[in-house]
Amino acid sequence: MAQKAIREADGKRMMARLLKEYSGGKFDIKDRYVTVGPDTDLAKLPTKYKWLAKEKLVVKPDQLVKRRGKNDLILVGANYQQAKKWIKEKSKGPITIYGEFDAKGKPKDKGTVGQLTHFIIEPLVPHDDSDECYVAIMSTITGDTIMFYHEGGVNVGDIDAKASKYDIPVGTLPSAKDMEKNLLGKVPKDRKKIVGEFIEGLFKFYADLNFAYLEINPIVVTKDSVMPLDLAAKLDDTAAFQSGKKWGPTEFPSPFGRMRTKEEDYIDMLDTKTGASLKLTVLNPEGRIWTMVAGGGASVIYADTITDLGFMDEMANYGEYSGNPNEEFTYLYAKTVLDLMTKKPNKKGKYLIIGGGIANFTDVAKTFTGIIRALKEYGDKLKKQKVKIYVRRGGPNYKTGLKNIGALKEEIGLDIEVYGPETHMTNIVSMALKGGK
Amino acid sequence: MAAKKKSPAKKPAAKKAAKGKPDYELFNNKTQAFIYNMQVNAVQRMLDFDYVSRRETPSVAAVINPTGRNSLQKFFFGPKEILVPVFKSMENAAKKHKNVDVLISFASFRSAPQSVEEAFALKQIKTIVIIAEGVPERRMKELNAKASELGKVIIGPATVGGIQAGAFKIANTAGPIDNIVESKLHRPGSVGFVSKSGGLSNEAYNMIARNTDGLYEGIAIGGDMYPGSTLMDHLMRYEKNPKVKMLVCLGEVGGLDEYNIVEALDKKKIKKPLVMWVTGTCAKAFKTDVQFGHAGAKAGGDAETADAKNKALKKAGAIVPNSFDDYAEKINKTYKKLVKEGKIKPAPEVEAPIVPMDYAKAVKEGLVRKPANFITSISDERGEELLYGNMTITDVFKKDIGIGGVLSILWFKQQFPKYATKFIEMTIMVVADHGPAVSGAHNTIVTARAGKDLISSIVSGMLTIGPRFGGAIDGAAQMFSSAYDRGLTPQEFVNEMKKKGVNIQGIGHRIKSVHNPDMRVTIIKEYVQKNFKKTPLLDYALEVEKITTSKRDNLILNVDGCIGICFADMLRNEMPKKEADEYIQMGALNGLFILGRTMGMMGNYLDQKRLMQPLYRHPWDDILYMKE
Repeated sequence: MAQKAIREADGKRMMARLLKEYSGGKFDIKDRYVTVGPDTDLAKLPTKYKWLAKEKLVVKPDQLVKRRGKNDLILVGANYQQAKKWIKEKSKGPITIYGEFDAKGKPKDKGTVGQLTHFIIEPLVPHDDSDECYVAIMSTITGDTIMFYHEGGVNVGDIDAKASKYDIPVGTLPSAKDMEKNLLGKVPKDRKKIVGEFIEGLFKFYADLNFAYLEINPIVVTKDSVMPLDLAAKLDDTAAFQSGKKWGPTEFPSPFGRMRTKEEDYIDMLDTKTGASLKLTVLNPEGRIWTMVAGGGASVIYADTITDLGFMDEMANYGEYSGNPNEEFTYLYAKTVLDLMTKKPNKKGKYLIIGGGIANFTDVAKTFTGIIRALKEYGDKLKKQKVKIYVRRGGPNYKTGLKNIGALKEEIGLDIEVYGPETHMTNIVSMALKGGK
Repeated sequence: MAAKKKSPAKKPAAKKAAKGKPDYELFNNKTQAFIYNMQVNAVQRMLDFDYVSRRETPSVAAVINPTGRNSLQKFFFGPKEILVPVFKSMENAAKKHKNVDVLISFASFRSAPQSVEEAFALKQIKTIVIIAEGVPERRMKELNAKASELGKVIIGPATVGGIQAGAFKIANTAGPIDNIVESKLHRPGSVGFVSKSGGLSNEAYNMIARNTDGLYEGIAIGGDMYPGSTLMDHLMRYEKNPKVKMLVCLGEVGGLDEYNIVEALDKKKIKKPLVMWVTGTCAKAFKTDVQFGHAGAKAGGDAETADAKNKALKKAGAIVPNSFDDYAEKINKTYKKLVKEGKIKPAPEVEAPIVPMDYAKAVKEGLVRKPANFITSISDERGEELLYGNMTITDVFKKDIGIGGVLSILWFKQQFPKYATKFIEMTIMVVADHGPAVSGAHNTIVTARAGKDLISSIVSGMLTIGPRFGGAIDGAAQMFSSAYDRGLTPQEFVNEMKKKGVNIQGIGHRIKSVHNPDMRVTIIKEYVQKNFKKTPLLDYALEVEKITTSKRDNLILNVDGCIGICFADMLRNEMPKKEADEYIQMGALNGLFILGRTMGMMGNYLDQKRLMQPLYRHPWDDILYMKE
């Protein structure tokens, strides 16, 4: 439920399909964009897309990677055989992609390790570097802002400082003339009209499809054509019910470097099966601090507090359950977390934080029954691995809930401490971590 | 990504003061709202809050239910019940309730914008709350632009709402009523609070109650990227409000709203002490960009991180804790300082009237009891699976107990053995129909032809079942068993009945005779003789039949008699005699006839409809008109 990035190829296909309509027939971009995913049969592709065998090609990773040029992840002017070889090579195993580079082209950060799985293949568009421009449209609090710069490409530099900016209040559609006047001051005279018309159509396309962000860099401009080369975009996925048909089949991929574990996938699957919300991200499976927190807002604060108290490296997971999941789903969620946390013992012991704020209308006693069931099931492992459990929660029926979960100390000998709303929400974190370092 | 445009600090939208309300106040203890969409629980929670806050009028003036019709809905106001009007159109509601200036829209993300536009059209509505999550961002921006043009304030979307302590509560804000009282929300304190998260606002109210003299007002602006009103908008209202002495704010990673607050602090536009914390400092623990629960909770650049915002706020003079852990402590210290300086005179504690507990809740918690008005012992639909007696519906089919088995459980509370359930099924089959001329079928047909529905038609037929039609089953069973039990010989029984001048029930047939036996009787009789352990009553009846048929050929044991007597034998085989007799007294055997014959009556009904038979009118020549 938010702005979500899409694949370059999906964005370009949308442009190919619809820009003609939004520009009054002036700009007709051919759909010659092929997505290669892990299941694509590279041998068969040229039968479906004849141009692959005929044209010089450009191949790039297509999974929300920034600075592909600087990371040497663009193959230019290859034939199909070379493209195939390059894709196989790049997707062989994990690689490191850097976010920032210094003037000499050296990486400035530690980079992100991840697996390349998706690529885009398109025909090479021969052009002069001097014809490269930059255009972007982004959502702002009052409407949208168009940014344009008469140069573009990998080395465009600090675009924020350089580009012309044109703020469009929500609900208005500026004309090509407006675009010329506000954005195209430095564009050669004989190109102004075509670029103005292009941006006019692009903005209509952007607005009507509920884009939140659309950047084309570079975009190649001559006096009689405009051609997008690299594209990055985000859609407002809450608008799916309005614009979904126009989007066509569109994926919202995870950012590069986020490799999902099977447990995370399992929780995602549970999440889709209930009206409630179940989320799990494993940050460090070897970490000693595990959390099982109710509520989207509270879960962030618990993770914050662990971070702020200096235990970021020990934080094993981030997750939340909310929206009143039933006993069965709460049980399955708790079981998954307990299973992960007891996979490998740690001599120093571990902590489990069962936290939450004061619920508005979730029946605390009811959701706790699922957690209690899972705790009983993993009781022996938890004891053996010296897991210390801290509970804090408030809301409807919290007294019964806390009493029941606290009873596990007597019943099965768990090391568990239980607190209600009289205790500050995150105090159990400092209680747990005091002297834990 | 390129930098986003910093949001301009919007002017507080409510420019003109509503009647009796300064422009920095959205609510007071006379504020009334419309609730868009029927949200019974939310309305009741608002009214409960009103009661503990000792409001004179309920805070909900009317419910707008666009898919319903104009009506009235019952709610509790304390111990009393009141009627809240329900309108189909907001415009009509507004005409009737001119004082209402708040709309709380529970419309879905698809229709919320439309509900807001309806409210835009009404001059009297000043504040609009959007509860739904998932309103498209562009649509929301359009609404925001329009709202600021019209001078209206939007709270939300994706929010639980907010609360002005002791005055007005939006929808489900602040949870159950005991929490509201515990968090001192039934009377105003000195703290103005605003957050994005609705869930955490409840936690914050509790924290504020424990560390200060309580909340004055709290608003959750919602987790969306483009909320209708911002943290800054509400802080500025609190800054202007002399009743608010200190500000508490909970920001969030993502977006740049917090920098407007930094600017306001720098420019001394905010002078009251502000305790503020921005959540999401853990984002750095994630290897890639992370989207937290809220749509807006994602850092789109370094400036949008929680760490950067906390740092900037601290620099600008906000009181920023080191972590959420000492947030409460900072709130407490700030409050105490203000008390010491004489800037806050602690708000007096006010006792809250007790809201009577709902009956359902009291029952759940075991606080009340009352004798049940109904008792049942034959089936139970409440559990995982439907039970007939103690048998799950799964077992009913797994064990293939048949209609006879189901009937034996539901009627006699025990599962009869196979021979008996088969016998039951046979009797039902045998009595299913007996042609169109008998009274039950006839009435059904006449009624069906009068254009009536199935139930009217068969009921009209069924109502003829009694002593003269179908009732002989009960009668025969009773007469024969009584004679047998009293030890009368068959001859003595026949004599006794003759002396009384009463026909023996179950004996005699219009056409059938010894030489022309009724096959229905033959079938039942043979089955019973072959399969029943004992048949003392049938044996007795056959002796009686010998005597009666010796007098007249057609005084045979008829089908009603045979079924009734055999059934009595069967019951006596399967349960104590006394119990068996009780079932016969209750009329269980007539039930067999009704059950079976219903099939026939329905057949007749369907038949008449199928044949499209017109209204039946009895011919005059078949009626003898007698005149005096």
